[in-house]
Amino acid sequence: MAAPATSPAPPAAAAPRAPRAECRWALAWRRFKKNRLAIGAMLFLVTIHVVALVAPVLAPHDPEFLDLLNQFQNPSARHPLGTDDSGRDVLSRLIFGARVSLSVGLSAMFVAVTLGSVVGALAGFYGGRTDAVLMRVTDGMLTIPTFFLALLVVAALGSSLVNVIFVVGLTGWMVVARIIRSEVLRTIPQEFVLAARALGGSDARMLFKHVVPQAFPSVIVAATLGIAYAILTESSLSYLGLGVKPPTPTWGNMLSGAQQLVWTKPTLAVYPGVMIMASVLSYNVVGDALRDALDPRSGKVGV
Amino acid sequence: MTAYLLRRIGQSVVLLFIVSAIVFVIVRATPGGPAILNNPDVDPETAQAIARDLGLVDPLPVQYWKWITRAVVGNFGKSYQHQTPVTTLIQNRTPNTLLLAGTALVVSLLLAVPLGMISAVRRYSLFDYIATLTAFFGVSIPNFWLGIMMIVVCSVTLGWLPSAGMTPAGVVPTFGDRLRHLIMPAIVLCTFPLAQLMRYSRSSMVEVIEQDYIRTARAKGIAPRRVLFAHALRNALIPVVTVLGVITPRLLSGAVVTETIFAWPGLGRLAIDSAMTRDYPVIMGITMTTAILVVISNLVADLAYVALDPRISLS
Repeated sequence: MAAPATSPAPPAAAAPRAPRAECRWALAWRRFKKNRLAIGAMLFLVTIHVVALVAPVLAPHDPEFLDLLNQFQNPSARHPLGTDDSGRDVLSRLIFGARVSLSVGLSAMFVAVTLGSVVGALAGFYGGRTDAVLMRVTDGMLTIPTFFLALLVVAALGSSLVNVIFVVGLTGWMVVARIIRSEVLRTIPQEFVLAARALGGSDARMLFKHVVPQAFPSVIVAATLGIAYAILTESSLSYLGLGVKPPTPTWGNMLSGAQQLVWTKPTLAVYPGVMIMASVLSYNVVGDALRDALDPRSGKVGV
Repeated sequence: MTAYLLRRIGQSVVLLFIVSAIVFVIVRATPGGPAILNNPDVDPETAQAIARDLGLVDPLPVQYWKWITRAVVGNFGKSYQHQTPVTTLIQNRTPNTLLLAGTALVVSLLLAVPLGMISAVRRYSLFDYIATLTAFFGVSIPNFWLGIMMIVVCSVTLGWLPSAGMTPAGVVPTFGDRLRHLIMPAIVLCTFPLAQLMRYSRSSMVEVIEQDYIRTARAKGIAPRRVLFAHALRNALIPVVTVLGVITPRLLSGAVVTETIFAWPGLGRLAIDSAMTRDYPVIMGITMTTAILVVISNLVADLAYVALDPRISLS
């Protein structure tokens, strides 16, 4: 580890017991642990992600298997949550739906963080006209109701899994861009960075060695809340028929199908909705707790 | 003050140009043209002729120039699908969306600030826990799902409220009729801003009441109620007001979905239809309408900020 001694943010080294200077992450973890709601939310998130990962093992049936003789079955030993309008097993569809919904959440967040970091870093480092243009575009993006924009693009490109991820990511990068930019602007004039520059450090080195570690806590928080936003957006797009198309199950398109059947079988609309809400809620709770744990002074609630 | 206002208005106008350019490029750069050109009943040559007629074969900058020079004088062109002027379409729909979104915003402000305040004052009380948890649910619940569930409970099961539209069909609507149609969509749409504003009010109030001047006021023997309302509230409102600028775009996004669930004849429905048929003039018209609404709400938030915070001087 070649970080200069002045660097205030040592990466999370696996130090089992640091007697004096407890590293930032250990401290944050200690604070995080006290929040029982957040621990519960985290356990829930781990569980559903594992379930999504091993869906083929856990799901009792093929989620796309049509059994038209057994439509609208009530819960039974064979179908724990009953069957839908095409006789498909609801539990299996929920389990496989988790794969799409959660992976859209994670991948879209990844797209958003990458794009936001690039925009923020370019704006912060190059300043002047680059900064002005990029930040005005960011303001512009914050002025358009992003869901409308997502709608436009998905309607144009067609609603494949990749397009949905791409579009949700494209509408969620602005907060990260602002965080990274302000972190660059705050870090670059500091003396240790000046010194590193004088020693011949490149912009990229400044970015990864000095800016990124500083910005990491804020970005982690923004990313966690961003996953919640992405899952909600994906499900809203699916609900409008613009998300991932049936028969592939997602929680959003299961709901969209269920709305037509609300008069016949209202319970079909309950399960996917509960799953969406529980995952989004958990990500929000964890994101909020992370903010408190990583920066106890900021009492602010994020966007 | 005037100079500040003028500068902010200038910035907003620039922002509107940027927004128009972003959306213009995104909409036209994506593959597949307007639905009218992809109609299988129209032979390719006619489609070509229509495209030329609509100016869709020009280079993108030329198209943008043509559009923007007309748009600045209020001419947004004709809808490809409806053959009516875009301004007429939007004028018919905007009041409905404003009624819905405005109601949701007012309700959420009226409820969120007092609830957040009580939560902050009685921090870690049972009320605070319940309110905080409810607010978490509020920002996490998919609004279309909440809408479906409300229809199941209030319309299907109990039969209390109408599940769709703004007015009952075939009769002259009374005020009560309109109100009954507004209740469910407004509740669904206000959930997110209500919860978000409540979280902001709480954290902002918590921060304020921990400050020295509040302790001083209490130590002087000023009645707790007066300390809260006369000393703390005003300062606590400052950050809350700034959030309004963030809430408005979310509210308009939410309106798209809410209007779909309840068949509310607003801009949101029009937005979805125009996105599906790639009706460029309508898409641009709606984008600009919503962007103007957002810009205005940002301006109002800024002015309220200045009015509330005497530390900011504009001279």
